[in-house]
Amino acid sequence: MTDKTTENANLIAGATGDWEIVIGLEVHAQVSSDAKLFSGAATTFGAEPNTQVSLVDAAMPGMLPVINWKCVEQAVRTGLGLKAQINRYSVFDRKNYFYPDLPQGYQISQYLQPIVGEGEIEIDLEGGDVKTIGIERLHLEQDAGKSLHDQHPDLSFVDLNRSGVALMEIVSRPDMRSAAEAQAYVKKLRAILRYLGTCDGNMEQGSLRADVNVSVRKPGGDLGTRCEIKNVNSIRFIGQAIEHEARRQVDIIEDGGEIDQETRLFDPKRGETRSMRSKEEAHDYRYFPDPDLLPLTFSAEFVEDIARALPELPDDKKNRFMQDYSLSAYDAGVLVSEAENADFFEQAAKGRDAKATANMVIGSVFAGLNKAGLSISESPVKAEQIGQLVDLMSDQTISSRIAKDVFDLMFDDGPDQGRDPADIVEEKGLKQVTDTGAIEAAVDEVIAANPDKVEQAKAKPKMAGWFVGQVMQATDGKANPQAVNQLVLAKLGIEDQ
Amino acid sequence: MGQGNDLTALTLAQARDGLRAKEFTARELTQSFVDRVAASEKLNAYILQTPEHALEAAERSDARLGADDARPLEGLPLGVKDLFCTRGVRTTACSNILGDFTPPYESKVTENLWADGALMLGKLNNDEFAMGSSNETSAYGACLNPWRTDAGEALVPGGSSGGSSAAIAARLGLAATATDTGGSIRQPAALTGTVGLKPTYGRCSRWGIVAFASSLDQAGPITRTVRDSAIMLTSMAGHDARDTTSVDMVVPDYEAALTGDIRGLRIGVPKEYRIDTMPLEIEALWQQGMDWLRDAGAEIVDVSLPHTKYALPAYYIIAPAEASSNLARYDGVRYGARKMGDDIDDMYARTRGEGFGEEVQRRLLIGTYALSAGYYDAYYLKALQVRRLIAQDFENAYEHCDLLLTPTTPSAAFPLDKGQSDPLEMYLNDVFTVTVNLAGLPGISVPAGLDAKGLPLGLQLIGKAFGEEELLRAAQVLEEAAGFSAKPDDWWTSS
Amino acid sequence: MVRRIAGLARIQVDDDKLPALAKELSAILGFVEQLSEVDTENVKPYTSPVEMQIKARADAVTDGGYPEDILANAPEKDDGYFAVPKVVE
Repeated sequence: MTDKTTENANLIAGATGDWEIVIGLEVHAQVSSDAKLFSGAATTFGAEPNTQVSLVDAAMPGMLPVINWKCVEQAVRTGLGLKAQINRYSVFDRKNYFYPDLPQGYQISQYLQPIVGEGEIEIDLEGGDVKTIGIERLHLEQDAGKSLHDQHPDLSFVDLNRSGVALMEIVSRPDMRSAAEAQAYVKKLRAILRYLGTCDGNMEQGSLRADVNVSVRKPGGDLGTRCEIKNVNSIRFIGQAIEHEARRQVDIIEDGGEIDQETRLFDPKRGETRSMRSKEEAHDYRYFPDPDLLPLTFSAEFVEDIARALPELPDDKKNRFMQDYSLSAYDAGVLVSEAENADFFEQAAKGRDAKATANMVIGSVFAGLNKAGLSISESPVKAEQIGQLVDLMSDQTISSRIAKDVFDLMFDDGPDQGRDPADIVEEKGLKQVTDTGAIEAAVDEVIAANPDKVEQAKAKPKMAGWFVGQVMQATDGKANPQAVNQLVLAKLGIEDQ
Repeated sequence: MGQGNDLTALTLAQARDGLRAKEFTARELTQSFVDRVAASEKLNAYILQTPEHALEAAERSDARLGADDARPLEGLPLGVKDLFCTRGVRTTACSNILGDFTPPYESKVTENLWADGALMLGKLNNDEFAMGSSNETSAYGACLNPWRTDAGEALVPGGSSGGSSAAIAARLGLAATATDTGGSIRQPAALTGTVGLKPTYGRCSRWGIVAFASSLDQAGPITRTVRDSAIMLTSMAGHDARDTTSVDMVVPDYEAALTGDIRGLRIGVPKEYRIDTMPLEIEALWQQGMDWLRDAGAEIVDVSLPHTKYALPAYYIIAPAEASSNLARYDGVRYGARKMGDDIDDMYARTRGEGFGEEVQRRLLIGTYALSAGYYDAYYLKALQVRRLIAQDFENAYEHCDLLLTPTTPSAAFPLDKGQSDPLEMYLNDVFTVTVNLAGLPGISVPAGLDAKGLPLGLQLIGKAFGEEELLRAAQVLEEAAGFSAKPDDWWTSS
Repeated sequence: MVRRIAGLARIQVDDDKLPALAKELSAILGFVEQLSEVDTENVKPYTSPVEMQIKARADAVTDGGYPEDILANAPEKDDGYFAVPKVVE
């Protein structure tokens, strides 16, 4: 296993020696569905307060939950995507506690018998290493409403639009040993959920958020007391929170103190975690089976039907890209991070030089979109146009350098008036010069104008590159670089190396 | 007010038929009840009267009756237990914590009744959140039983549907809706000489009924006759997509099931119901009931329900546990009466400490305790296991019989304040009724006689799940054989 | 014990009422204690009288959009929100 080396590299140094961080994550992923888990109210983000609230969501007296079957399908789909055990009999329990944005005074969740059991995720680490992280369980539950504490000096405001929205709580094993591993886990989980279409993964809108359990121990020692950092809502913050929290715990232990098992909050402004004052009281959630809901059961065929319709997932796609397109693990990994990106690539690469297409997609398209803050679906350059551009390189109509310029022109065109690459090459006269006579004339000209450099080059063959550059400049970059190179070497009488 | 030409003396079936025969109008019928309700405030059966509602609806009913377009309950005035949410009409479950809560929705059961043409006279008293057996825990004060001792001693109407039973016994409505979690329909019916039917769990939708214990609660009618109960259930019952514990089964015409023929029916008599403390007159009445049914052609068989003794203890874990969670929503945030505090937790504690009465608080504490860490297995889980054994007892018994006959209550109506000192003593009222809720079965209490003090006593028939037709058929035979015709003296009306 | 449970249930109980309440509760608990006599080995807990497949709804937006009704009974509201004493996290 790669575990040993990875772990060792992850140790953090303390005054008494090295420490190991042990991390487990509970990710709350909002199920992609139009209506809530137990009511027909809408789930869209950003609506006016309390407009997406049914009588059920507001816990009016006598209201009863009715499960949204789509949410069940989504949980099963996700479970299959995590290669997990699907439990065809599961039970909804009530988790009882008081909070102003929890209208029923309990959250309907699944405690002892969740819909999905053990599974796993392979995470991609730097240097191409892969590590398997265990999934303990996935269960369905209701989201709470939202409390706003900063709108009024003496009051908190409650908006129940989120109340009752379906969540999947996905619990990992404490298998991660560094902030980077935890981040890789969330990235990979997010990618899988997005591939499956079971959660949009939007962390800014709270569709995906993580409770991070952190403890430290001497390498190989017993597990330490853990702290739970609640509701961390970005991958960057997850890293910061873990690093700060691990350091805090090491400092306390090394100062002779003890870690209190507690819930903490991450403050992004200060980059540190702090104890949650309101949750200090020991929790006693008094779970019991919800008598308003019968056990959740479904047939093996139901699971098989979902399994059959499962899309290709990131790991499989990556392997296929490496095999079918001879791409490096790195390139394949970058291309499959989002299903839409991979689709874009495949569309562009169809029947073409895949490696060149990958370079163009990663080096130009992704870079350009990133800079412009656009998503792949908003790309001004379409996949088919990237394909045409690669074709122009392959048949030597343009050089890769010119191709880059052509791409920039297409990108600047925007999506509406987007010219095809061939038109741009034609319009701007960017066609590569392959006529040896014309190139030879240009080479001769440069050699004649620089007798001193010729002497130097004969002594130091690397100088030949200078001549190539001069010729390329003289031809506005349109000369075929290989032809130029060969001619320069021949004329200078340097052996081709 | 005499009962001679008084329209309030009619049964629901008689009133229905009289309206169709155009012997009187819905307006006249309703006005009679509105007047009588207004004159009967001494009983405290209604905590809210809605005469305008009733009279307006009666006008509409008269139009339909005139056009021979009458629905099954056209123009029939009913009372509604305050546990049923009624659109635009204050609904409190007789608890201070709900304040003046006015639901923007209508419970499914009452919606069914209105859709069939019935109309509402007002909201009826009950024990707070249906927790009680005497109607004394109501935030609106005790409701009085129209029956009283010869010495004039005030008695409870039973509970929790005490307002419903008192109202029907006092002719303050043709029928009333009620709910039964441990006996709350049948026990008050027995104590007031009325008929109380608790249907099979899942027969009526719980949607819009203030929840007490979700796995036990079931709505049903309190009426003056078995036929009226059959008519009411036909309208109240039915599947509701909003209550997934309601069962998607055709609702039969229960009135049509009243053939009077129970020949060959096997009536089981469970020996465990012969408790040591049972008064002789109740035991005698029970024996009388067996004889009546045997005379009508039924066969009496001895059966055993061995876990009966554990039903009350199991109930007093399960019902409070569910209630502790169901009543967590009364927190002063979204509706109801809020009591401000120093912070949010203080607000909760005051709102709930002042908003809930003592009995409700007791049960919430018991329920919270039974579910709390370290006690769940010993109390809650254990109670659920015992509940299965109790349900299995019935299944086993029904291999040998079709219905069960038992007394409804261990005593007749008792004086007010009797149970104040010892909550446990009050709980014993449910001893014969609670098993039925635990097993989810239908049960009916039929007035069968009077005790030595002249107070009504009831007999209970218990059916198989969704066996309401058979149950009602036998109940009507029992009713007829008993020929219960006693009525309370009309001591409470003011005019 | 009573104080802790009352805290969990968010019910304020006055100190002078505690002893009587504790006595009542322990009487009730003593009564239900009989359950321990029953042999329940391998007995499946009974959670609902109905034994059928859970019924579900389709994923369609059919509800909501009436904030006035939702807020109509609120003890305190502000700007479309429910309002409560400030909560400190």
